[in-house]
Amino acid sequence: MKKKAKIDQNHFWGYLMVAPTIIGLLALNVYPFLQTIYLSFTNAKVFGKYKFVGLSNYMKMITSEEFLRATWNTILFCILTVPLGVLLALVVAVLLNAKIKGKTAFRAIFFLPMVVAPAAVAMVWKWMFNAEYGIINTVFHTHVDWITDPNVVIITVAIVAIWSAIGYDAVLLLSGIQNVSKSYYEAAGLDGCSKIQQFWYITLPMVSPTLFVVLIMRLMASLKVYDLLYMMVGEGNPALGKAQSLIYLFYRESFVSGNRGYASAIVIWTVLLIGVVTLLQFLGQKKWVNYEV
Amino acid sequence: MKKNRGMSVGMTYAALIIGSVIMIFPFVWMLLTAFKTNAEVMQIPPTILPANWNLDSFVKATDLLPFGNLYINTILLIVGRVICAVVFCSMAGYAFAKLNFKGKNFLFTLVIVQQMIPGQIFIIPQYQMIAKLGASNTLFALIFPGIVSAFGTFFLRQAYLGIPDEVGEAAYLDGCNRWQTFIKVMAPLTKASVAALSVFTAVFAYTDLMWPMIVNTDINATTLSAGLSSLNGQFSTNYPVLMAGSLLAMLPMVALYLLFQKQFIEGVAMTGGK
Repeated sequence: MKKKAKIDQNHFWGYLMVAPTIIGLLALNVYPFLQTIYLSFTNAKVFGKYKFVGLSNYMKMITSEEFLRATWNTILFCILTVPLGVLLALVVAVLLNAKIKGKTAFRAIFFLPMVVAPAAVAMVWKWMFNAEYGIINTVFHTHVDWITDPNVVIITVAIVAIWSAIGYDAVLLLSGIQNVSKSYYEAAGLDGCSKIQQFWYITLPMVSPTLFVVLIMRLMASLKVYDLLYMMVGEGNPALGKAQSLIYLFYRESFVSGNRGYASAIVIWTVLLIGVVTLLQFLGQKKWVNYEV
Repeated sequence: MKKNRGMSVGMTYAALIIGSVIMIFPFVWMLLTAFKTNAEVMQIPPTILPANWNLDSFVKATDLLPFGNLYINTILLIVGRVICAVVFCSMAGYAFAKLNFKGKNFLFTLVIVQQMIPGQIFIIPQYQMIAKLGASNTLFALIFPGIVSAFGTFFLRQAYLGIPDEVGEAAYLDGCNRWQTFIKVMAPLTKASVAALSVFTAVFAYTDLMWPMIVNTDINATTLSAGLSSLNGQFSTNYPVLMAGSLLAMLPMVALYLLFQKQFIEGVAMTGGK
């Protein structure tokens, strides 16, 4: 009897306590998810009635040069930011792990961009990269149109993206490095291994699970890049087409041009792309991630 | 050997100092530019320090943007989202970790799946819901997508899983019901995770740009981030004003960060991977 009451209490409180979250997720995520899929098969605009149009949004998409370029821009952005960004973050993490004074201060400095709105970050970099009066062209005696040259602009934004994320990734990697047992290094030191050998044969394999997490996260964030581009490469910039990412195109189609149906198809494609890339990473991890401790 | 160590320490310092300069310089340049006049920033060669430290750009930025409203909206958005995340995610996290009820695994699968899907896919219908409710340009609209959090639920469930069952059982035998056990005994034990989730939620709400920009188009009803983007649109050639506006928008969060630096970094490291 006592036992049954206990189970019932479990049921009652269980449902009651998950109710807000489950109802919220159904209303705020599940329903919108299905609705977006549905919209992608319609000719929905901002107002008025819309009807089912089959796959025509998807057909329009794969024949649109703008869309194909946005897909390529997004992939190029990942290629530019992810490997270099994660590598630099790893270097910073290793440096921060050294026995030095002022570690906390250095860590705080590298982490700083994380708590600054990307809108503000983008504005100051846009100013520094200004072709005529920007400090970067002045100091390096260059004449690069960092923001308006279609062949350069994505590199410019990639630099800002790497700068923004380096401290965050370094903090995650540092916590991975600090979990490596000191005894490995002591043993390696006694065997006469150099610092570089220690990094290569101890730190890197031991930190590979964290590295994998950082890589996945950075890749997902880069595939969704939007705010830096929106702030640095606005409407009317001649380089927009060469810099526009998928999510930026999605934003412009849905909330500037009002093509909700077409925009839905774009965002579904983007999410599928993210899914496939993440899956490939998970399949590839067996080759290099070391889960044995 | 000794000499070798000295050299490697020296190089570590050198690399970290160069890195720090690269990290800090943009903020210093923002500050210096904000105090210059528009004529001065267009001088060639440029000046490093402002000729006169004048506040005109700050005055102009506050004329152009209703900073008082933007601060209040941003703070209320952060408070609202943090309260929702802490309350709802704690309840659901506890239930998923410690209570047994029918359909639990199914419901938790729902949470996991939602956590993995990028949020942009929900935006058009979420926006349509707000429009249909006539709730555009309200605080409710700003908070709306963050009322519940699949990630937060998952994250706090982990925290509750880390508490031994015996702790809850002891409270239960002492006559607490499930709710009392949760509030009085279990929830206080997840303090560190709740703090981490709060920091994560606050930083995300503060830096998010697309949602406030589309849902609260009235400049008086939007957030600092979205306000800055409108300043960028209207005033794209007056860099001192843009820098002054950016500085005003970033100062509160940076001040909080400097005060609670350890909590920020550890919080983010804990929630890392999202």
